Amino acid sequence: MRLLPYGDRALLLELADTAAVVACADALAAAPDLADLVDDLVPGARTVLVRARPGIDLGTLRARLVTGNLVTDRPEPPQDSPLHGSVGSLEVTIPVTYDGPDLAEVGELTGLGAAGVVAAHTGAEWRVAFGGFAPGFGYLVGDDPRLEVPRRGSPRTRVPAGSVGLAGEFSGVYPRPSPGGWQLIGRTDAAMWDPDRDPPALLAPGARVRFVRA
Amino acid sequence: MTALGVLATGGPCLVQDAGRPGLTTIGVGRSGAADRSSYDLANRLVGNVPGAATLEVTLGGLEVEARDGTVWVAVTGAPVPVTRAGRDEPTGAILALRPGERLRLGVPASGLRSYVAVRGGLGVPPVLGSCSRDTLAGLGPAPLAAGDVVPVGDRVGDEMRVDAVPAQEYGDSPVLRLVRGPRDDWVRDAGALTARRWTVAPDSDRVGIRLAGARLDLCDPSRQLPSEGALRGAIQVPPTGEPVVLGPDHPVTGGYPVVAVVVDHDTDRLAQLRPGDTVGFAWA
Repeated sequence: MRLLPYGDRALLLELADTAAVVACADALAAAPDLADLVDDLVPGARTVLVRARPGIDLGTLRARLVTGNLVTDRPEPPQDSPLHGSVGSLEVTIPVTYDGPDLAEVGELTGLGAAGVVAAHTGAEWRVAFGGFAPGFGYLVGDDPRLEVPRRGSPRTRVPAGSVGLAGEFSGVYPRPSPGGWQLIGRTDAAMWDPDRDPPALLAPGARVRFVRA
Repeated sequence: MTALGVLATGGPCLVQDAGRPGLTTIGVGRSGAADRSSYDLANRLVGNVPGAATLEVTLGGLEVEARDGTVWVAVTGAPVPVTRAGRDEPTGAILALRPGERLRLGVPASGLRSYVAVRGGLGVPPVLGSCSRDTLAGLGPAPLAAGDVVPVGDRVGDEMRVDAVPAQEYGDSPVLRLVRGPRDDWVRDAGALTARRWTVAPDSDRVGIRLAGARLDLCDPSRQLPSEGALRGAIQVPPTGEPVVLGPDHPVTGGYPVVAVVVDHDTDRLAQLRPGDTVGFAWA
């Protein structure tokens, strides 16, 4: 575990893997009196960004995080943690039309060919590791490492809503039009985000996801 | 009900308040007023409770009319020429807009964003706890357009204690403070950030300010950073090497390395930079 500087109002905790991040974020959210020091926690793939409340000195926050044993790379798996079963009852099926502009390139990058990419993407079981990027966007981790591809070198200024992409170890669905650097392999009509729906996000952290051909 | 009728807009005119903290796990960022100090000042002038909804006006051009009652207004931030009922008025002053009277904002001499607070706040319905327009997320009220009618709220916090404060001015090429890291070791030349003046590119907005003039040298442009949380003021370096300073509507998490972060206080000045302006940085 490392504590990295992030401006004058926040610290970035760097952890071993996504499971450690989820456990750490849970521990921080549940820690008594930490809410007096912290006004936001942002989990990522390997990190948790911890923002101090106005007027709270970063040295104080750093000391609390280090001495409180709140942050560790080898957490006890909480029984109800989204990444460790028991909450995974929510299953979401997302129908996809696999005609994305980067499908052929992903086929080359992975060596699977376009058809192989589709077979692997629909064959994998995905889970929502954390949220971010945009409302309703879930970072999905799968069980097929062959699908790992780099982001595009230059992000697109506009990616259409419903675009299904790959980047690094993750897959995801753009909930609305936005700039983006992921490799786009297909698209879906599923409403990933509706602020008038409860809950507004289709993908809650911990949910299981299957992609199927539309 | 007392309201403001919108007769004309110039640049984007957005409803903004203090934003939506604490919703990052479902991917909702804070958003909120880009220049928080000018926003807070506008609310204080008209005696509003902190966090009341205001208008954030980009490069002036707004014309509104009071309807069904007198509206007390104050304009702060980018110093726009203000006329009330055809008469020139200063920014930073508390103005009474009587029914049918018009308030018009010209183009500011410096700065980018002006804040129009009305006593009682704007009475628009909150989305997920805030009236702010998040331009990336598409949350909150749509940008204002001619023909819109914006209700004036009735929640006041205090008397109006002063008549006016001095107008703000934004000098050329400010120097903003930076804290190095967390990913400064991903570029060979993080020091280049402070070694030159940067130009604000035309495609800058509330999501991010693109800095033109030079490229930072990524140690390994093909290396991928696992997505991590972001804050306003973070300076990201995409593979092209052209730095982007994140604004209030930045994505909650992002995948490009952040090599330095602008000191929080100085991000308000950042919000007043307009395309073509230059800006420098110094290590805090």
